[in-house]
Amino acid sequence: MSIRVGKTSRAPDFPVAAKTALKNTQLRQNVHHATDVIRNKRALRVQETSDWQELRQAAHDIKNNTLAHLDHYLVEFERNCQNAGGTVHWARDADEANAIAIRLIQQYGGDEVIKVKTMTSDEVQMNVALKAAGITPHETDLADMIVQLGDDEPSHIVVPALHRNRFEIRDIFSRKMGLKNLTAEPEALAGAARQYLRERFLHVKIGISGANFAIAESGSVCVVESEGNGRMCVTLPDVLITLVGIEKIIPTFQDLEVFLQLLPRSATGERMNPYNSLWTGVHAGDGPQAFHVILLDNGRTKLMHSEMERETLDCIRCGACLNACPVYRETGGHAYGSIYSGPIGAILSPQLNSLEYSRSLPYASSLCGACYEVCPVKINIPEILIHLRGRVVRADQKTLSGTLSQMNLAMQGAALVFSSRRRYEAAQRLGRMGQMLFQRNGQLEHLPGMAGGWTRFRDLRPLPKQSFRDWWKARAAATPATESEARS
Amino acid sequence: MAIIELALRVNMQPAASLVVLVALNVASFPLPLVSSGFVDPVFLADVRALLPRIFELSELLVNRLGVVDVGAAFPHSVAYHPSCHSVRVLHLGDKPTRLLRAVHGLTLIDIPNKEQCCGFGGTFAVKNADVSGAMLAEKQANILATGAEVVTAVDNSCLMHIYGGLHRAGSKIRTLHLAEILASQERAQ
Repeated sequence: MSIRVGKTSRAPDFPVAAKTALKNTQLRQNVHHATDVIRNKRALRVQETSDWQELRQAAHDIKNNTLAHLDHYLVEFERNCQNAGGTVHWARDADEANAIAIRLIQQYGGDEVIKVKTMTSDEVQMNVALKAAGITPHETDLADMIVQLGDDEPSHIVVPALHRNRFEIRDIFSRKMGLKNLTAEPEALAGAARQYLRERFLHVKIGISGANFAIAESGSVCVVESEGNGRMCVTLPDVLITLVGIEKIIPTFQDLEVFLQLLPRSATGERMNPYNSLWTGVHAGDGPQAFHVILLDNGRTKLMHSEMERETLDCIRCGACLNACPVYRETGGHAYGSIYSGPIGAILSPQLNSLEYSRSLPYASSLCGACYEVCPVKINIPEILIHLRGRVVRADQKTLSGTLSQMNLAMQGAALVFSSRRRYEAAQRLGRMGQMLFQRNGQLEHLPGMAGGWTRFRDLRPLPKQSFRDWWKARAAATPATESEARS
Repeated sequence: MAIIELALRVNMQPAASLVVLVALNVASFPLPLVSSGFVDPVFLADVRALLPRIFELSELLVNRLGVVDVGAAFPHSVAYHPSCHSVRVLHLGDKPTRLLRAVHGLTLIDIPNKEQCCGFGGTFAVKNADVSGAMLAEKQANILATGAEVVTAVDNSCLMHIYGGLHRAGSKIRTLHLAEILASQERAQ
């Protein structure tokens, strides 16, 4: 098995990567601005619905039921897709998915492909594999195209170029398209992109798409988008290859009713997506004449054994949790070391891959709960983060360096202190004496070791001379017995 | 998580008829723990039995006792920070601000983007100190923008964090727990 999530096999630790991102003030300004705009629009569109919470619950239930019986629905999808003239391929991991795609492209005799709306292809690093096989991929979603032309990585699961402003985009376009006099006006940028993409839409014969939903009862595939470039990609080529993560299955066409209300409002703050493309198999004289679906596992089935972990696969990739996350807001997406960033990335990447791959990600959250609040399918991300932290700690405690780490020793010490009233009160007295070593101007301004992380940015008030317990005892002793009798 | 379990063991006595919390983390954590399987099931049963008798202070006053005006006087401008767990776990809604509005002489000011986390998050503040510091910086700037003399919340850990940042920056804004304001009898000079 070669499960891969994005470029690197091992991400740098989040705190290290975040430190670099925090220094990039332009990036932070771009991310602040973009997430503010989207989250305000989302809030507006959610407020105007009368049944948002019911919709969330319905989506959660549909996903929960589908994933519990995924074996059944996948086979149903395969049967109905093939009956309609499509071909279904099964890929266990990234390498298998890429090999299938390359074999198909070579079989149809192409050396170029147009691609749209497929994060999953970034997950398996399909572009790298295609290029190695002599095939040129062209991303056609505007933001994906900006990322590709800028030799960049996506920083957001819905708005991959969210970290770029229009002046940066102008520079990328003018460099890669040879347009010296291009201005940064949105119309000019859109015009340049349209010209560049139209040429490719018209001559490239093979398309690769992702899927937002795959419908078991009809074998249909659904892609939603804002630009229409996706519609071009799934209708103009002779051959269409669609890469689908196995968790994208929904049982019935009717189920779309729920998701097509939740997704656009959560993702971009729109009532509906400008383009909703749905297609089923192959139709003579209309659209691609060959249609292939690659169903991808790449670590997903590992999450099936636990109901809590499996909930991660409910995700419909709306990105609302990224836009709501105060951590993502400061760092942007690249710090997460995976194409899946933000809160959902912090639980998805470590589980798809191995926990070893990104052990710092479950800690990349203050557990503020904003992600859970906005999640349209009610994934309890904070709960899953805590669960994964538990797995990291248990694994750590099996190693000597983990057992002797400052954090583990501090936690074990704290456990000892908190488990007895006597030790807790003794620790308070000890703390009041110990803190005198570090006190300056009535404050703790520099603490050693791990606690130094606190005092780099903040002062700490020393422990008060009298604890609450002491005060309570003294008060009880001073209060005449009659008062407490009168009260009881 | 063991710490929270043990903190509960020491500080909560199953015999107590009513527990009022001024540090919300304890109130909001047991639920995730229930499903995480970290905690001894017997102890969890005790905690679950206790949960209906645990009240956050504003919840106790407004919902349980039906009091909004507690007779306090505090002639200052106050910014209220709706902490994450009070808003998104306990769903306190406007209970704390209703209590504050009823305080004699108090002017309540909204913090811009008020429901965004201050960046504390327990060990997050030291494990991801840089990100936490950046989040605190934004919260501080938003608090300063209100021009308030006092910032308050129902969660002491957030207040400890916000105090640390404001004090380091040399700000004179005071951090007070909601209970301290509600207990105040300060009359205008």
